[in-house]
Amino acid sequence: MTDHNGVIRTEKLNLFYGSFRALKDVDIEIAPNQITSLIGPSGCGKSTLLRVFNRMNDTIEGVKITGRVYNGSEDIYHGGTDIDILRRRIGMVFQRPNPFPLSVYENVAFGLRIHSFPGKSALDGIIEESLKSVLLWDELKDRLKKSALNLSLEQKQRLCIARLVAVRPDIILLDEPCSTLDPMATLKIEELMVELKKKYTIIIVTHNMQQAARVSDDTGFMLLGELVEFGKTSKIFTSPVEKKTEDYITGRFG
Amino acid sequence: MNAKKSQKIAFAVLLATTLVVVLPVLIIIIVIIKEGIPAINWQFLTTMPSNGMRSGGIFPAILGTIYLVLLSVIIALPVGVMAAIYLNEYAQDNLLTRIIKLSIVNLAGVPSVVYGLFGLGLFVIFLKFGVCLLSGALTLAIMELPVIITTSKEALSSVPLSFREVSLSLGVSKWQTIRYVVLPHALPGIMTGTILSIARIAGETAPILFTAAAFYIPRLPGSLLDQIMVLPYHLFIISTQIPNMPSKLTYGTALVLLMLVLTMNLTAIVIRTYFRKNKKW
Repeated sequence: MTDHNGVIRTEKLNLFYGSFRALKDVDIEIAPNQITSLIGPSGCGKSTLLRVFNRMNDTIEGVKITGRVYNGSEDIYHGGTDIDILRRRIGMVFQRPNPFPLSVYENVAFGLRIHSFPGKSALDGIIEESLKSVLLWDELKDRLKKSALNLSLEQKQRLCIARLVAVRPDIILLDEPCSTLDPMATLKIEELMVELKKKYTIIIVTHNMQQAARVSDDTGFMLLGELVEFGKTSKIFTSPVEKKTEDYITGRFG
Repeated sequence: MNAKKSQKIAFAVLLATTLVVVLPVLIIIIVIIKEGIPAINWQFLTTMPSNGMRSGGIFPAILGTIYLVLLSVIIALPVGVMAAIYLNEYAQDNLLTRIIKLSIVNLAGVPSVVYGLFGLGLFVIFLKFGVCLLSGALTLAIMELPVIITTSKEALSSVPLSFREVSLSLGVSKWQTIRYVVLPHALPGIMTGTILSIARIAGETAPILFTAAAFYIPRLPGSLLDQIMVLPYHLFIISTQIPNMPSKLTYGTALVLLMLVLTMNLTAIVIRTYFRKNKKW
């Protein structure tokens, strides 16, 4: 495995929902400290692929996976991986901002309280640092005890990222994180992603091709469960090899 | 007859039939309050019966009912909540699960006197607890279980899936997710269901008739293995078994029992409304 430096790599990955084959022989390699975007029409399997990386598909009944998925050199499906530890390393942000009905502070503290029980001052420090890393600290430092449910959608989504950053993952999976946000808020979240990639590897599933083109370093185009084309974003969007990729990014379907 | 007129008649008939439901409740409450109020005073609530129960208070019966109900809920709540967690969070849809669910439905339909006989056979005779507070509480606990399990299961399943997903995605284990995310958000629903189940069994007579209740005991219950006086049974005795019983005391006892049950129901409603209003997901 010395010739691979991807933090996540799949080999001949297939996923079945019952008898339906949702992913077909996917080979992908995610580079560290970059933003990789997965694009494609609805139902192409991009979210399913994302949920393979942190084994969130395990919660769905009737899902079967063949092939290999590596995180570093660890085979996460066959290597006796502790799923809970895997998910701490590979965190996820969901489509709909989903803070708990708790205070801002308690939302960010949630994972830490369960995982490591840090002391009060250590906890305060990590919460400040996490909120700063998503650029929410200045806005919310006086409202830490207020309910997170009263924040704007964009603030909520940032808070969800802070909640994740607080447990110090290596990789952040974003599942259409801006699909409920307006264009200005979307832009701000994108700026945040670029900031976050200095410390984290980011994989984002998006419907929005402009978004993929703006923020990502690598792009994968998926169609009907296949990874049709994968490479540098600049190349995918300017001179794609596959006809289907070109048709999709030029808006001929999708 | 034109359409408008027949509509009016239909409306009137429907309203009248619905009022038939309200009427008995009103009559019961009004009569019991009117006849019972004169008996209610501090002495009635806090002293022992005297003069062959024809005077004095009903304190031991009130205390007995409270002990019985509290003990039964202490026994039934953990069992019921754990069963609900298993059924809602872990159980696969297989034969075993279907058998369990069918049992719960049937448990709810068993006549209360059968519970009484069951308690007599199992707790009083077989396990040799005798007729006592413990046997009665265990019998009532079994009666409460179906309601507690069903309402707790509903409360658990109403916690949004997204809460569980977020928690799992942060590397929190399934059990920790249940413990720290699902249960706290299901608690109001569980509390409401539990109080309603208590209210349902507090007035039951048949299940405690052979398992816990005593005709008359000259002292307050001191241990789990003591026989106790309880309000519903006491009411039955003073209404039917004691000659020359002043009716004021009978109605007074009924009023106390009624108020106890209504207060519990009201508490459940208040908790439910409070949490519904403050729930924003």
